[in-house]
Amino acid sequence: MSATTRPSLLLRRYNAGQRLNHWITAITFLLLTFSGLALFHPSLFWFTQFFGGGTWTRILHPYIGVVMFVSFSLLALQFWHHNLLSRNDVQWLRQIRDVVQNHEDRLPEVDRYNAGQKLLFWVMIVTIPTLLITGVVIWRPWFAPYFTIDTVRIAALVHAVCAFVMISGIIVHIYAALWVKGTIGAMVRGTVTRAWAAKHHPGWYRRVIRGEDH
Amino acid sequence: MALQSLDILRRSATTTPSPQQRQTTEVAKLIDVTKCIGCKACQSACQEWNDLREEIGINEGSYQNPHDLTANSWTLMRFAETEQNGTLEWLIRKDGCMHCADPGCLKACPSPGAIVQYSNGIVDFHEENCIGCGYCIAGCPFDVPRLSKKDSKVYKCTLCSDRVAVGLEPACIKACPTQALVFGSKEDMIEHANDRITDLKERGFENAGLYDPAGVGGTHVMYVLHHADQPQLYNDLPKDPTISPVVSVWKGIMKPLATAAMALTALAGFFHYVTVGPNETDGDDEEHSA
Repeated sequence: MSATTRPSLLLRRYNAGQRLNHWITAITFLLLTFSGLALFHPSLFWFTQFFGGGTWTRILHPYIGVVMFVSFSLLALQFWHHNLLSRNDVQWLRQIRDVVQNHEDRLPEVDRYNAGQKLLFWVMIVTIPTLLITGVVIWRPWFAPYFTIDTVRIAALVHAVCAFVMISGIIVHIYAALWVKGTIGAMVRGTVTRAWAAKHHPGWYRRVIRGEDH
Repeated sequence: MALQSLDILRRSATTTPSPQQRQTTEVAKLIDVTKCIGCKACQSACQEWNDLREEIGINEGSYQNPHDLTANSWTLMRFAETEQNGTLEWLIRKDGCMHCADPGCLKACPSPGAIVQYSNGIVDFHEENCIGCGYCIAGCPFDVPRLSKKDSKVYKCTLCSDRVAVGLEPACIKACPTQALVFGSKEDMIEHANDRITDLKERGFENAGLYDPAGVGGTHVMYVLHHADQPQLYNDLPKDPTISPVVSVWKGIMKPLATAAMALTALAGFFHYVTVGPNETDGDDEEHSA
């Protein structure tokens, strides 16, 4: 294959700034997941070793959380308009069995994102700000003393529930990237193949080929 | 203070049994509020024995000093003025850790061994394992643990576990001039309390009673109250304290279920991959792009 034909086979899906933004969010997410789970269930307390012990885990977690919130907010500002649900998305979700069985040909046309990706986006939109707010309420020693004990209790529970929903969602997100071959390149090198785009995101593919905006 | 190591009934954030081969007698401190004269000898004795000093504060128009429990003041005389039986009553309650049989602090604590409960009923903080998260503050139904500004560790009454371990009574008991504070086996303390309650009833306090709240499994610090029907009169002593249902969900049922659900979600992904398999684009297109 000659070098000249190569670029034409690849389509740009994310630019360098978006990739950097995504991976800052991803890295902070992983740090938060491990440090947070360490303090959630005793069987996972050993995760504190990654952070220099229990006290360091407690100190670092909220600061990393603020970084993730800012990083995710920048992602959300760039991508929210691609994630509005359409009628096709409802049909796509009804056929979730076809989705998991790899019967993609039976599904309604997908644009830049499929309904699963959009739902994940909105789950993050709900959980991440909630995690920030409840996280501030339980943040010791700085902010928790300003709230009543009942408020701190509720915040701790809501924080744990949101974290659970978010982590479960991201597990699906990571798995989907491994399952649908050719996806990871989109976020690593910024490109996907034409075949990948035509198969998984035909609506988006046609717009890109016509030279329209992403 | 880890002096008793063979009689640990429960240890925070630990899912296997703790060393508990030795069974000790269940102890209790009985605080007879009706005999207390508010001299604060117990407060001084506590700081003396534990070698802590409270900062000099300011007078806010009450005998209560300091104004609240702190990381240095593990016990505090709380003063309340109320009108009961048609007359002014000055109710003085020695506040501090209640040493619950079902301790909310221990349930909430995420750090293994930062909070332990001995078989004699004492609930103790081991500050060297404390990470400073303050979950115990959310867990406690009595608002007792205090986070130190100096080291971000929590402190509270130990019921002088170090003294009790070697057969001594707690320092506050030793200092009390009116025997409003007594210490012994929980059984003996209940018996002693019942004698006092009978006496109080004969003297016109018909609602006198023992405060040993069942909602937290009973406590190892108990009160004799003249108005046991209204514990809130005594500076908001809770009427029916329990571990908050919010804490019970968070550190009870949700903890194993959510952890299992996350693990199963990841496992489901793996099983999907090895059964249904990856979603690939047609071979020739993949080759071109490779």
